[in-house]
Amino acid sequence: MTEKKKKIYSVLVENKSGVLSKVSGLFARRSFNIDSLAVGETDDPTVSVMTIVSSGDHRTLEQIEKQLNKKLDVIKVKTFTEPNSVSKELLLMKVRYNKSNRREILDTCDMMKAEIVDMSKSNMMIQLCAAPEKVALFIKLMASVSIVEMARTGTLALPKCVDQD
Amino acid sequence: MIGADAIVKCLEAEGVEMVYGYPGVAICPFYNSILNTDIRTVLIRTEQNAAHAASGYARISGKPGVCCVTSGPGATNLITGIATAFADSIPLICITGQVDTQLIGSDVFQEADITGAVESFVKYSYLIRDVNDIPRVFKEAFHIASTGRKGPVLIDIPADVQKDTISKFKYPEEVSMRTYKPTVKGNMVQIKKVAKQLSGAKRPIICAGGGVLLAGAQEKLQAFSEKFGIPVVSTMMGIGVMPTDHPFYYGMVGNNGRAYANRAMNESDFLMFIGARVADRAVSQNGFDADNKTLVHIDVDPAEIGKNVGATIPIVGDVACILEDLLNQDITVESKKWQDTLKEYRKAFAEYKESHADALVKKSGDAVDPCEFVEVLSRALDDNAVYVADVGQNQIWSCGNYVMKKGRFLTSGGMGTMGYSIPAAMGAKMADPSRQVVAVCGDGAFQMSMMELATIMQEKVDVKIFVMNNEVLGMVREHQHFVYKDKFSMIDLSQGSPDLGKLSEAYGIHYKKITSEKNMKKEIEAFLKKKGCGLMECRILPDEVVRGM
Repeated sequence: MTEKKKKIYSVLVENKSGVLSKVSGLFARRSFNIDSLAVGETDDPTVSVMTIVSSGDHRTLEQIEKQLNKKLDVIKVKTFTEPNSVSKELLLMKVRYNKSNRREILDTCDMMKAEIVDMSKSNMMIQLCAAPEKVALFIKLMASVSIVEMARTGTLALPKCVDQD
Repeated sequence: MIGADAIVKCLEAEGVEMVYGYPGVAICPFYNSILNTDIRTVLIRTEQNAAHAASGYARISGKPGVCCVTSGPGATNLITGIATAFADSIPLICITGQVDTQLIGSDVFQEADITGAVESFVKYSYLIRDVNDIPRVFKEAFHIASTGRKGPVLIDIPADVQKDTISKFKYPEEVSMRTYKPTVKGNMVQIKKVAKQLSGAKRPIICAGGGVLLAGAQEKLQAFSEKFGIPVVSTMMGIGVMPTDHPFYYGMVGNNGRAYANRAMNESDFLMFIGARVADRAVSQNGFDADNKTLVHIDVDPAEIGKNVGATIPIVGDVACILEDLLNQDITVESKKWQDTLKEYRKAFAEYKESHADALVKKSGDAVDPCEFVEVLSRALDDNAVYVADVGQNQIWSCGNYVMKKGRFLTSGGMGTMGYSIPAAMGAKMADPSRQVVAVCGDGAFQMSMMELATIMQEKVDVKIFVMNNEVLGMVREHQHFVYKDKFSMIDLSQGSPDLGKLSEAYGIHYKKITSEKNMKKEIEAFLKKKGCGLMECRILPDEVVRGM
């Protein structure tokens, strides 16, 4: 009954001030989890999309969708799970390097298809755009290196392309 | 025309008769413009009660109640009233003044982020920054408050916007909101499914909530119950969906409800929640099991369905509309045996009550039995009277013993806000002066809103107030009696409380005290007959408990 599941909510909202706080406030007030949250404009400048990843039991996940739909600034809520969507996250990571570990860092980046986007004599910045698990794995692999700072976007997701017929 | 004039025009277009409020500099432009209209303004004595009065008005008139206060503390004082209305789905339009637009966010005198503060207690809120938005915002606000699941909408308007010139005032005829389209008509497939399963049910029952009253569907519910022979119980907010003496009505359920009403609900095999949110107080009682019955849940708010219990058959839509469709179903329900069983339960209770009547009646001496008092009072009222119950032991006594004829029973059910009854009764009476209106409260709640006696006298509102005075906070005392083994804390009202007779005299209110059941009926009848506001004090013993109803 109380088995925890993950769900992705793609929430189309009115692009105006205060909406983010209303939506995040709803999660706080009802003790819903936010695993990650990403907000951006859509092709329509009056509409923003919030991609929220949450987890909880079946009833909670259903309540989240219903409560989101109740908010008057929410235009549409689409939900999907990871297997039927393409989900990506962007990671920027700054690491300190030296002669002895430079090769190892570059090899890991190469294998994980991460890119070096900036560099100084002692630091380099790595960018990775990948599925959330792969981003998590990359961070784990780099844990042995000295990470100076990093930032992640949170998951962006859209349902997979399916031909309607 | 300036913004403030435009607001008044909007209120006129919506047919607003009454605004409850309290002024301040930030809302002065509005209160200046409203002088030029026929809209009645009521100067309340504290802002919270403006919302309660508007709530009482809304529940009797069927239209959104309007309250209007100033910025900062005026707005924050309103919050409890807004939350109370939100919990019971009462439509309100709450207008708040705000500091000038360019000062917002700089913590100037009497600035409060009221739209932020009320976010979880309103159906929607607006902060108007452009005077030209006023007509659209008001049109939307009234629409939102009074459709779908009703509720309060707050409109915050900076003082400079109220003073700005509006280029062209045109009140919109229609609302166009892409994000708001409440479902009205119930899904026919689901309705057919209910009909099919209902025809096979052996022990069907309806549990009706406040949503039935909000939809004005009492008559349809009664017709549905009678046509198919389905017994009805109600939640606290649903009291009044049927007359108490209706043969199919079995009273209020819940942890403070009638034992046989709970038993009826628990033993049913087909339970229809109609306009009820299946709240904790209704279903948290021994023996309720949602899994051993077919559960139909009909509500206008899809988020309520499945929130507390999972429904076998959910139907979203307007309760009146769905009941109409259900009434038209061509089925028969075989419930005669079940009805006989329930009648037995009710009879057994009546007999038990009868046999214990002497024991109940008196230990008291110089006090009134609260249950008896509520019953005698409600029988003495006009058929269509409005009874406003406050919160505390008095609420439970009122719910359990009130004899509903064709009137209304109002109370703060969801939030349980003490002090609701007096301002709400005032609003109810102003909504329909032809109806008799009484407020029944304890001495604790009375002291939370007794400042409104001044408003009542100023506006010459004929409400009768009944104070059950036991000189303690009875509900808390009862809790401490059972849970903390009589270690009482923070409940004593015997010291410092005013002499209600002298207080009434100070306000110029007719006063009467009763301390025994002798002549109680006559005293109450005579008291109700007197014109103008009156206060009747009934002495209750401090150790009375809300005993099994």
